[in-house]
Amino acid sequence: MSTAATPECQSRPDLRALFLGFSAVGLSGFGGVLPFARRMLVEQRKWMTADEFNTQLGLCQFLPGPNVINLAVVVGKRYRGVAGAIIAPVGLLAGPLAIVLLLALLYDRYGSLPIAQSMLRGIAAVGCGLLFAMAWRMGSALKGKAVFLPFTALTVAAIAWLRWPLPIVMVAGLLLSGGVAWWQLGRK
Amino acid sequence: MSVAGELFLEFALLSFVAFGGATALLPEMHRVVVDNHHWLDDTTFTHLYAIAQAAPGPNVLVVTLIGWEVAGLAGALAATLAMCLPMSILIYLLIDRWESFSGKRWQQAVSLGVAPLAVGLVFSGATLIATSASLGWAAWLLLAATVVANLRTKLHPLWFIAVGAVLGLLGLV
Repeated sequence: MSTAATPECQSRPDLRALFLGFSAVGLSGFGGVLPFARRMLVEQRKWMTADEFNTQLGLCQFLPGPNVINLAVVVGKRYRGVAGAIIAPVGLLAGPLAIVLLLALLYDRYGSLPIAQSMLRGIAAVGCGLLFAMAWRMGSALKGKAVFLPFTALTVAAIAWLRWPLPIVMVAGLLLSGGVAWWQLGRK
Repeated sequence: MSVAGELFLEFALLSFVAFGGATALLPEMHRVVVDNHHWLDDTTFTHLYAIAQAAPGPNVLVVTLIGWEVAGLAGALAATLAMCLPMSILIYLLIDRWESFSGKRWQQAVSLGVAPLAVGLVFSGATLIATSASLGWAAWLLLAATVVANLRTKLHPLWFIAVGAVLGLLGLV
């Protein structure tokens, strides 16, 4: 518990509030809900300060897996222990999961119609563009591009072109790229 | 083993290397689900990605959709849980110690080292969807326009999805 937190940031949500708060986050975001989680936690409900949010997010982003689910577990645990750590991610996922399954039912029934096929083709092209843009933004945010962008290129070659299995590529890539980072950090 | 059980094991293993979230796993999920097991074909995989883009919620839901198409409701729940549960448990156990290892040299090295790989994974995912969708020249044009517009403006992504849907319906892409 941080003692630096200002008093107005110390409201303690109960399970119901955790569920509803994270439900709202899950339903409001398209293509990534992390910014909405920050807005809800720090600005709207003031469950944590901006500094606390950044610290907790650190581990969520450090570990693999969906960052925002990890974040929900952390926030849930902080306020309501095990029950909170279960309820918060369930709240985050329940609404969107229901919507997506409804869409899946519609897809199973009508997906083979030419009109659905052409609509999905248009969305896929756009969705792909959004993905390339996301990769571009992530790439621009890299520190030490001259050193680390080659590892991006190697990953693309191994995964998209050679079609090597991801676990092997990631372990080898992390040893190489993390090794270079380790060496660089030691020189400073 | 049931297909849902197999899906759970495959995706739970993947969750340990999901740096960059579920989006970064698209190429590998394609490998497992389309190439290795032939549970889905290329077109369906692309469609599921498109549906996930058009729906609200965390990016991880594309995994739910894949699970659904492979093995129904059991598959949807198995795939989603497999993707979320292992790291959720780990983070539950680790968060109280985070401050004691955050900032250490090995922790910084892993963070710095994993970032370029995550970029590569997302880029590979985009390439893979683009090639599986067998896009025509007009669709490539739309794709390129989306990249530029998304990087240059602050338009909500839903606008792009809507434009894509309409152009698709009109048979233009």
